[in-house]
Amino acid sequence: MSGVVLSGLSVAYDGDPVVTDLDFKVASGEWVSLIGPNGAGKTTVLRAIAGLVPSGGDIHIGEEPANRLGAREISRRVAMLVQEPHIPAGMTVAQYVLLGRSPHLGYLGKEGSHDRHVVAEILRRLSLDSMAARAIENLSGGERQRAAIARALAQQAPVLLIDEPTTSLDIGRQQEVLELVDELRAEQGLTVIAAMHDLTLAGQYSDRLAFLVRGRLVAIGPPAEILTEPSIAEHYRARVQVMPMNGSGTAVVPVRR
Amino acid sequence: MLGVRPRPTPVVLQGLPRLPWAWGVAGLIALVVSCCVGVLVGPVHISIGTVARALLGLPVDQGQANILWSLRIPRVVLGALVGGTLAICGAAYQGVFRNALADPYLLGAAAGANLGATLAIALAPGTSVLGVNLVPFAAFLGAGAAVAGAYALGRTVTGLRTGTGLILAGVAIAAFFNSIQMYVQQAQSGSIRQVYAWILGRLVTAGWDGVLLILPYVVLSAVVIFLHRRLLDALMVGEDEVTSLGISVRRVRLAVVIAATLGTAAVVAVGGTIAFVGIIIPHTIRLLVGRSYRVVVPLSILFGAAFLVLADTAARTIVSPAELPIGVITAFVGAPFFIAVMRSTRMAAL
Repeated sequence: MSGVVLSGLSVAYDGDPVVTDLDFKVASGEWVSLIGPNGAGKTTVLRAIAGLVPSGGDIHIGEEPANRLGAREISRRVAMLVQEPHIPAGMTVAQYVLLGRSPHLGYLGKEGSHDRHVVAEILRRLSLDSMAARAIENLSGGERQRAAIARALAQQAPVLLIDEPTTSLDIGRQQEVLELVDELRAEQGLTVIAAMHDLTLAGQYSDRLAFLVRGRLVAIGPPAEILTEPSIAEHYRARVQVMPMNGSGTAVVPVRR
Repeated sequence: MLGVRPRPTPVVLQGLPRLPWAWGVAGLIALVVSCCVGVLVGPVHISIGTVARALLGLPVDQGQANILWSLRIPRVVLGALVGGTLAICGAAYQGVFRNALADPYLLGAAAGANLGATLAIALAPGTSVLGVNLVPFAAFLGAGAAVAGAYALGRTVTGLRTGTGLILAGVAIAAFFNSIQMYVQQAQSGSIRQVYAWILGRLVTAGWDGVLLILPYVVLSAVVIFLHRRLLDALMVGEDEVTSLGISVRRVRLAVVIAATLGTAAVVAVGGTIAFVGIIIPHTIRLLVGRSYRVVVPLSILFGAAFLVLADTAARTIVSPAELPIGVITAFVGAPFFIAVMRSTRMAAL
């Protein structure tokens, strides 16, 4: 069981506060999306949970305080999908996904047959098995994103952090990626925390939304409560119409004056 | 059956980087052939038969045996050690700094070695330490001091968050050491020719002394880099991504830089600052065979060694009985070859 609890989380870059005194809990198996305008600190919150930036306050992953865990122990509990994964030239999909086994290897360790087995299973699950030997740079955007998800899954961490998973994907690939994450969450009981730009998609896939503005939490709750015209207008300075859709959440549609 | 785990079926995971055996064999053949050429070519003609008899321990002419055992064979072995070390150290630096232009001298090892050697040549000519010429010791210490200085500087200035800070610190240290070296060289103009010859690279031959002197450092350096192949591959993804996989980029970088510096300082001490080997050998292998360090590291050792043995043979033959600096040969032959490889492959692989 691995939920995530943030209490009084604060992060500053070079003395400038980016995230201030953030408190919220994500239950085990829950999907919480971080929304908010550019510069709200969504990515920073994810980086803090993954231990990539020093932070004040307290982060609990499951029962354990993250500040007592080493980098490798965190990487066994938390996998992170960055917004724009660096695509290494000449690396095959299999090798790329196998890197996800690093948290389970010693410093100079070598992958064993168990690691290859885990990776082969994941590749099959994500329909990447036929591309295992292809260079990752030759894959399409959607396939690359699936490979990145496969690498994160190979960590076998109960918590999955995703930063803007739909950036630069077409609308069909966006749905495909989010459906995949949701299926995996159901199958494996993953806890998902995602930074999301697209409010409609965020509302459709998340159990709850955490609304961040300039590093502070302004609201958290089910999508229907958070995605309201006045609050989006205020915090995003956007003109939108929020339209309930039959059984498929709410659509947030920009309106031209 | 309850409680009995089914035996896992062997998994065949396609697409994992392996050293293609044909290339491994090719590398070995290249090394053996180049060593044969190095042993056979020289001012005194020695036949293949004589070399074979000498290697098998059969009696041969004493004069020829002396030439073989105290001149040619140690020199070939030294050349192989120097070439293999420069090539894997170059590959390792390119890996930890994610920089295609990195070479073993990136953090000031060459400038430090040059300064050390220049000081020894100019200020204490002919001095020996424990029966060995002072120059290699001074060069070794200079190279180590320069890299340690660059590391300390990079650490205080940038906190080592990125490799760039370290590289810039290396540039600053190198410039500083070079200025002192130039000053000493000008002030002691009597030794300028000797200093210059040293800088351009020349294998020191004094029987097996050079080989024995550098062997521990070279072996240690190669073993450490070899063990870091997987981590060097992991560093090919972004900095945040590697860190989120539980790998400390700083720790990998420090371990590899220390190992590569030991190796580089050792070979520079006996060979001078031979240019280009650390860049062209790893890149040629990346272009022709593959980019994984599981491929690049072992093949760099073999082909780097073969290349330098041939270059050294050319250096001592072309203007015989004089010697050309090896650096002249490695760049003169290496550059056009490298350009040809780049033209015939996809540059995108770099």
